[in-house]
Amino acid sequence: MTSQANQTETEAGRLILKGIVKDFGSTRVLDGVDLDIRPGEFMTLVGPSGCGKSTLLRIIAGLEVQSAGSVTIAGRRVDALPPSERDVAMVFQSYALYPHMSVGANIASPLELRRLRLIERLPILRWLSPRRARVMREIMAEVRVVAEQLQLSEYLDRRPAQLSGGQRQRVALGRAMVRRPAAFLMDEPLSNLDAKLRVHMRTELAELHARLGSTFVYVTHDQVEAMTMSDRVALMDKGVIRQLGTPSELYDSPADLTVARFIGSPPINLIDVETDPHGYVRFAGLRLRAPAPGRHVLGIRPEALQLAAPGPESLAARLRRSENLGAEWLLHFEIEPRAPIAIRLTPADYARARPAAGEVLHLRAAVEGSHLFAEDGRRIGAAGNLSGSA
Amino acid sequence: MSSARARAQARAGSAFALPAFALIIALLLAPLAALLALSVTDYRLGAVVVRWIGLDHYAALFSEEVFQRSLRNTFLYVAFVLPGAVFGGLGVALLIHARTRSRTFYEIAYFLPVTATLVAMATVWQFMLHPSLGPVSRLLAWLGFGQVDLLNDPSLALGTLALIGLWQVIGFNMVLFLAGLSAIPRDLYEAAALDGARSAVDRFMRVTWPMLGPTTMFVMVTSTITAFKVFDTVVVLTRGGPLGSTETLLYVLYLEGFQYFRTGYAAAMTVVLLAFLVLLSILQAKVIDRKVHYA
Repeated sequence: MTSQANQTETEAGRLILKGIVKDFGSTRVLDGVDLDIRPGEFMTLVGPSGCGKSTLLRIIAGLEVQSAGSVTIAGRRVDALPPSERDVAMVFQSYALYPHMSVGANIASPLELRRLRLIERLPILRWLSPRRARVMREIMAEVRVVAEQLQLSEYLDRRPAQLSGGQRQRVALGRAMVRRPAAFLMDEPLSNLDAKLRVHMRTELAELHARLGSTFVYVTHDQVEAMTMSDRVALMDKGVIRQLGTPSELYDSPADLTVARFIGSPPINLIDVETDPHGYVRFAGLRLRAPAPGRHVLGIRPEALQLAAPGPESLAARLRRSENLGAEWLLHFEIEPRAPIAIRLTPADYARARPAAGEVLHLRAAVEGSHLFAEDGRRIGAAGNLSGSA
Repeated sequence: MSSARARAQARAGSAFALPAFALIIALLLAPLAALLALSVTDYRLGAVVVRWIGLDHYAALFSEEVFQRSLRNTFLYVAFVLPGAVFGGLGVALLIHARTRSRTFYEIAYFLPVTATLVAMATVWQFMLHPSLGPVSRLLAWLGFGQVDLLNDPSLALGTLALIGLWQVIGFNMVLFLAGLSAIPRDLYEAAALDGARSAVDRFMRVTWPMLGPTTMFVMVTSTITAFKVFDTVVVLTRGGPLGSTETLLYVLYLEGFQYFRTGYAAAMTVVLLAFLVLLSILQAKVIDRKVHYA
């Protein structure tokens, strides 16, 4: 408690990871991760399953011990500390609520374990302690405040099994909040909810973060969650952070093919291209200068492609299917040689063209939203820097 | 028309249920009915004339000293075995659950008494407990208890049988508890670790013990029934002696039914035994079941 009080305001919620390595047997799960999470930041670790994001979170929590590297929480090296002393709270994918305890007791649990001595928590013996009743009253008062914030007040006496998925989720949040930790760690907290509730809880979590102003470290494999809630996103793959940045940075200037492929729904269109004799890549009206001749991968966001009049600068494509998403249309094309292409249209643009499946249409790409990747996957220049668009 | 179809469906449904129902009647309910019927007659094995005597057997049971003593002995035996069977099984399970390589060895070792037939193992026990040759008796003598004959001392014989009963049942309960332990989600221990549970006692009280509730309940019911039916050790090791101190319900029942051929009387005893078992099971289910299932 005192060490916490001594921390300066700026350090209170800061998490610094330095050179984190984790081996399970001969498998390297994390390969040197550095991350500086700012106080009050909503940091999302996102990536495909097996990328090491959950392991990283568990190392921060102290549930897993790193093979190398250090974790600093609020200015304190915590590598040797057990989970309970790291001043972080965690929300599990399964919620991990105690099924035999009421909602109130679940939320009170961390405070009970911290403020009552062991003997005061044992059956029968606990009645011998004169201070227990007073401490429990204080704890329950704090529990009620948290329950109020999470709209759980009327469920305090229920068991978790009697609650809906969303309510259980909130109980798990309550159990974390009641401790006022330096940081909240969340391990795919929304993935057990149905689609509609997930969207709702996304908003609730973002609002909760804004209200509490605490540091959130959030693990998900869902890029939509990463994009919608985070201040910054660390995209992980194969045990390393591929790119760290704001959601817009990841979307607008992906560092490499992995990032480009992972962020965005529908995913970015990827086309194998070859430079012409002058060192340019030409595609659907784009003319991009490549630093070296040879094979490249061209990435074009679905919204960067539009229907166009036939011409030498446009790309002929056969329409396979149109999807009406209400606010927009997704058109799926096939181009030669057998590559799928998706484009995003406004309802107005769609209404003007009214294309039929099987019809051959013409497309043009905009520079904004188009990226050129070298064969090794690294992106060449930012979208604005590509020279010589036609 | 639709009601005709519903009737036809109901008939078909009954026809499908009939074989199972017939088997239940033939194998479970009919023997029980026969038992009840026998218990109100003076039937003796091989008798030609059978007389209805109403509840005379039951009245006799509760005034007869042998039966009362057997009832007392049985309850004493259960009271002795049950806590040991539950906490012993749990303790062993907790100790070996976290073992990795040696776990299989311990599992087999503790489970051996369950697979070994007790009648065969009883000879070993008889030797072990032999007043002059047995290692157990020698150990007790060495510890300063003097010459102790565990199976022939009226105040020790029942307790000794209870210990052998424990020896036999702990391995079985251990397996049940091990299964229960494996079913506890690891998340809960991790949540507890973050909540501030640092000692093993905290983890046990907050996660392990409550999560094992349904297993414990099952272990209690099955152990009670097993202990209630104690029989083979009595027959092989003490034959109810010394001075009737190890006469248990099932042993007396066996004597009446198969040695003295008082079939009707034995049937009445069986009914009482069954009634106790059913009553105990219902009691445990009603009282504990509500506390251990959290859904």
